[in-house]
Amino acid sequence: MLATARTFTLDGISARPVRVEVDVHRGLPGFAIVGLPDAAVREARERVRAALVNCGFEFPLSRIVVNLAPASLRKAGPGMDLAIAAALLRASGQLEWEGMDRVALAGELALDGQVRHIYGVLAIAEAAREDGAEAIVVPAENGPEAALAGGVEVVPLGSLAELPAVAAGERAPEPSPLRLWSGPAPGAPDLADLRGQPHLRHALEVAAAGGHSLLMVGPPGAGKSLAASRLPSILPPLGQEEALEVARIASVTGGLGAVLPAGRPFRAPHHTISAAGLIGGGSPPGPGEVTRAHRGILFLDELCEFRREVLEALRAPLETGEVSIARVSGRRRLPCRFMLVAASNPCPCGRGEDDPACTCLASQIQRYQGKLSGALADRIDLLVAVSQPSAEEIGGAPGEASAAVRERVRAARERQEARLGLGRCNAEMTTAEVRECDLDPGAAALLADLYSRRRLSGRAHDRALRLARTVADLAGVARVGEEEMAQALQLRRRDRV
Amino acid sequence: MSERRACVACLRRSWLLALLGPFLEKIATGKVGRRSPELLRLGNEDLVEVVAPKAGPGMLAELATLGEGWFAERLEEAECWAICRHDDRYPPGLRDAADAPWALLGRGSLGLLEGMEPQAAVTIVGSRRATSYGREVARDLARQLAAAGMVVTSGLAFGIDACAHRGALDAGGKTIAVLGCGPDSPYPAAHRGLWRSIAETGVVISELPPGSTPWRWSFPARNRVMAALAGMTVVVEAATRSGSLITADLAAELGRDLGAVPGPVNSAPSAGPNDLLAGGACVVRDAQDVLDAMLGAGARSLERTGPPLEEELAIVLAAVEAGATNADAVVAAIGSSGRTADPSDAAPASDLPARRASVALARLELLGYLATTPVGTFTRTLLSAPTTVVSDG
Repeated sequence: MLATARTFTLDGISARPVRVEVDVHRGLPGFAIVGLPDAAVREARERVRAALVNCGFEFPLSRIVVNLAPASLRKAGPGMDLAIAAALLRASGQLEWEGMDRVALAGELALDGQVRHIYGVLAIAEAAREDGAEAIVVPAENGPEAALAGGVEVVPLGSLAELPAVAAGERAPEPSPLRLWSGPAPGAPDLADLRGQPHLRHALEVAAAGGHSLLMVGPPGAGKSLAASRLPSILPPLGQEEALEVARIASVTGGLGAVLPAGRPFRAPHHTISAAGLIGGGSPPGPGEVTRAHRGILFLDELCEFRREVLEALRAPLETGEVSIARVSGRRRLPCRFMLVAASNPCPCGRGEDDPACTCLASQIQRYQGKLSGALADRIDLLVAVSQPSAEEIGGAPGEASAAVRERVRAARERQEARLGLGRCNAEMTTAEVRECDLDPGAAALLADLYSRRRLSGRAHDRALRLARTVADLAGVARVGEEEMAQALQLRRRDRV
Repeated sequence: MSERRACVACLRRSWLLALLGPFLEKIATGKVGRRSPELLRLGNEDLVEVVAPKAGPGMLAELATLGEGWFAERLEEAECWAICRHDDRYPPGLRDAADAPWALLGRGSLGLLEGMEPQAAVTIVGSRRATSYGREVARDLARQLAAAGMVVTSGLAFGIDACAHRGALDAGGKTIAVLGCGPDSPYPAAHRGLWRSIAETGVVISELPPGSTPWRWSFPARNRVMAALAGMTVVVEAATRSGSLITADLAAELGRDLGAVPGPVNSAPSAGPNDLLAGGACVVRDAQDVLDAMLGAGARSLERTGPPLEEELAIVLAAVEAGATNADAVVAAIGSSGRTADPSDAAPASDLPARRASVALARLELLGYLATTPVGTFTRTLLSAPTTVVSDG
């Protein structure tokens, strides 16, 4: 006898519909799964068999063939267990379900029949809605997440044994949608932990206000990582749509816990990461660190230790805000609008050339700092030299809390949105928009002086203007004055002569 | 344009050299090639007699038919000017050399060359395959000399030459490139950008007419121009058979000062300068050594005095001089002094010193008192601050 069920497989950060067809007929007993399954899908055989038996069903001693259609699409992950089990129960006559064709199922089975949580339920529920399903059966743990999608009835399921009841129409109350936090989650690290270091704080605030990329250079233990990890807490709160984007990616990559809200992501990949790990890749293509950092911070600690080709690979995503991965099966576009924050030691030993204890050779330092002035550095707007805070500073009063700084940043972003349009910030200003910046004569003279005397490149000129605009937005002035320009010139990354 | 024209006889000489190029190349190889300036001492007829007895007279006759207008046209096409030895503007240093070029063709600000005394210029030469040590020294030396108001002369070649020009440009100073080809084409081609920058802010000159290709003999020939133009020739790095040593010999023959930058005794590129030092050349460790040798000890100090500073800038500069190398350290140093926070200011008081420090540091960098390293720290430049302080506000 033949039965079918609807389910989904993850592809990039979205889900694609899959139809499970199960045929049970006489013959030598066996259980085959066809339709490009990966190892996790193939192993569903054993999980389904054990779950069926342990929930009091009978595992048919017949020839069972499971086909996953479309046959050309590669299927991955354990999320198809539930659909396979349900279709098998129907095909063997153990489950009566009138409207099963209008219901999608997703979930992993434990050997005792419990339905385990899976990744990407938000994307799956959205895909189910698009696919025209009336309801979707998901693991009970994933219920609130699935409810975020809206437009499709969510049926949480705790165990395979409850499936006949669900089929008969006895359904648990629909879960309420997961609450997404637009601001930082409670208990997230706070900028108050950064004591002293006023210049570094100022640079962080400017970077956050304009969405500018930032490079911190200083000896180990100077507070670079601490400062970077506090950045999400001073960024403006996420909008509703942005929060959903972040949640979708977190869901696919397993970062969206059953209860814990997301907020702005902060990703700090280790410097040994591969280009595929950073940008995304694999088959089927999965999101990399840049996509996981979407709408948040990508922090590259020890920038000079990253492999050159990895840093090179970062250039295009930084420019376009999305990653494009080409595979034989098609091209996937993954969003990656993140803020780049990098940190580096001044030299391989970390002490810095000016420290008499530095043992690095001139050639080593040159090679090391070469990466600071390479192609990626061209995409970095701010440069801050960070030094160890003094004993008084560390023992002193805590710094200003994130909430106060975030308020100023939010006000500055609002001014930018009023000028540039919704969701845009100064770092994204086009050359034409940069030229429209209103400068007072003093500021213009300062910039012109630098431009002619230091032979600044056009790119560096525009970068200085963008920064100056952000400083002015923070100060709340419509026109960039001499003081704002001077601050921007001091904060900007210098070009190598 | 008419006042910027050299006399026709001298211009004919330049075009004659271009026509004789391949003939000179043939006979001026080996030892003679290194001494091609000696050949150029000869007058037109004698030169033709020695170099190209058959084809030469025809060339002379042909050039004799060309009038002033023809030369003016060629120069205008190539956007070049020309001055000759009969001109008041001809650099006096070149008159000391018996084999000096009859005419100089060039691009850029002629005013720089006009009446330039040799004591106002330093020639920096050295190996094309220089080490990082040599390149760094050459660039620093040129930067300091240019900052002290000296004209830096060199030959636009790879290695030391290019670093010397770049150093002078870094400091916003004057530099002269003497070429072994026509003044309108950069050689080597990789230095097109550098050639253009020099033509914009300094001078590019040659004794060959526009469109001339470089010859093996034309490099020793341009070396004699470099040696004669400047009061001192400094060899930074040169292997024992390097062309830079020809320049050094020519400079010594003219009675110019000769300097050399010492290097490791086991380094081949430093063998040339080390030999010169053993032979009595001036030790050049920095620009001050050059200035002392040329102008007398203490006659001109390297340090320049910058524009006067407001009180706030003076405080920040003092903090940097006391060892603050980054902005946070400067904030800490000035935090305890100066203005108190304005309560009407939107930003919190804690933020104010950081903004003030940023502004002050940016101004000091623009005024030339500070320089920034690639890692974002500051270093104090050689510029010294005046003692008077302008009251602020």
